[in-house]
Amino acid sequence: MKDIIIKNISKNFGEKTVFKNFNLIIPADAITCIMGPSGSGKTTLINIIMGFIQPDEGSIEGIPDKISAVFQEDRLFENYSALSNASVAARDGIKKEDVIKCLSDIGLKGNEKKAVKELSGGMKRRVAIARAILSDYDLLILDEPFGGLDEETKLSVIKYVEKSIRGKTTIFITHNKTEAELFNAKIVQL
Amino acid sequence: MIFIMRRSKSFLQKAIAVVLALLTWQAAALLLNQKVLLASPVDVALRFCTIWTESEFFNSVWFTFSRIVLGFFMALLTGIVLAFLAGRFKYVEIILWPYMATIKSIPVASFIIIALIWLTSSQLSIVIVFLIVLPVIYTNILNGIKNIDGKILETATIFRLSWKKRLLYIWLPQIKPFIFSASSISIGLAWKSGVAAEIIGIPSGSIGEELYYSKVYLNTTDLFTWTVIIIILSIGFEKIFSLLLKFIFKGIERL
Repeated sequence: MKDIIIKNISKNFGEKTVFKNFNLIIPADAITCIMGPSGSGKTTLINIIMGFIQPDEGSIEGIPDKISAVFQEDRLFENYSALSNASVAARDGIKKEDVIKCLSDIGLKGNEKKAVKELSGGMKRRVAIARAILSDYDLLILDEPFGGLDEETKLSVIKYVEKSIRGKTTIFITHNKTEAELFNAKIVQL
Repeated sequence: MIFIMRRSKSFLQKAIAVVLALLTWQAAALLLNQKVLLASPVDVALRFCTIWTESEFFNSVWFTFSRIVLGFFMALLTGIVLAFLAGRFKYVEIILWPYMATIKSIPVASFIIIALIWLTSSQLSIVIVFLIVLPVIYTNILNGIKNIDGKILETATIFRLSWKKRLLYIWLPQIKPFIFSASSISIGLAWKSGVAAEIIGIPSGSIGEELYYSKVYLNTTDLFTWTVIIIILSIGFEKIFSLLLKFIFKGIERL
């Protein structure tokens, strides 16, 4: 895995300039935390990295083929169980028991077979996190992944996620500086 | 509990409405007092008790039922496949547009007469049902596909989900309500158009033929009885098909 190098990207939405000659290096095998106020372009940046938005100018090098993500919205398959959702993109070798253990570790024990539409907002968030962690990836993108979790749950989930993603290239977007510190991440302020 | 009470209240209201409609019908028949013009519900009920004992009854019911159901399933399958192709490839939607628009606006009677030139009368109802149901299924399912949340599709792209998983997790749940509404609408249309085709084509041993001869011999009681049988078959098939769909989707969601 190489560093991801963002070179001189510019992006405008109509009259609004989100980026102008923006440069950033996202180091490989480490966690990079991108912080900034609402509207500063955090989500636009990850959408550019994921290829959903094209920059008007500039280039990005080193984006791997295998990306995993926790999006700002849960983006789960609501009619299907937590177990199905968490295992939908699971990497080769992950067994059903591993998925059940992961769900249990993030506080969803006993809810594995429930349809996602029956779960609370915080539970859905954790299913989305499990799905991202269990999938096959070289780059993990976490876009405000802990929104909607109460403080106690958040701490235990952060602990679990930090342990699972240690040493893997991760882009972590948050408003919360404490979360960034818990991940021991390189902080980039937009 | 509240749900069950609401359901039984709604059932009771509907039952009262049906009884009122039957009473109105009976009163009108008594006032008119001419069976040739209007058979009463009592006459129809009595005839209903004997009609099924006639030797050709089940053959006629099976003849019409099998053809209408075959035409419906052919249209359902074709409509789903075409809608998926049109949803995936814009040019397929454009190419299909004139056909679908034409089929939708041509009167059923014109179809029947044109089809009679090409086909035997026993095949007629299959083709007519197919043509009437196809655009309803196609349009509804294409709408469902077009309404798929782009963000969910992005998610499938990011997680590199296979087409099989996309079908199971995204496409099928998305089109589920559209399949239910389209099939509910089109089953009624299938029976109306299928029987209309049989009345014009008069295939031997069909419900359409029975209706035609009831008219020719001014046997209004038989005409009404066969009509009630068609309504029962149509509603019965719709309920069974709806249960079958629910069962299939539950099975898929349990995967």
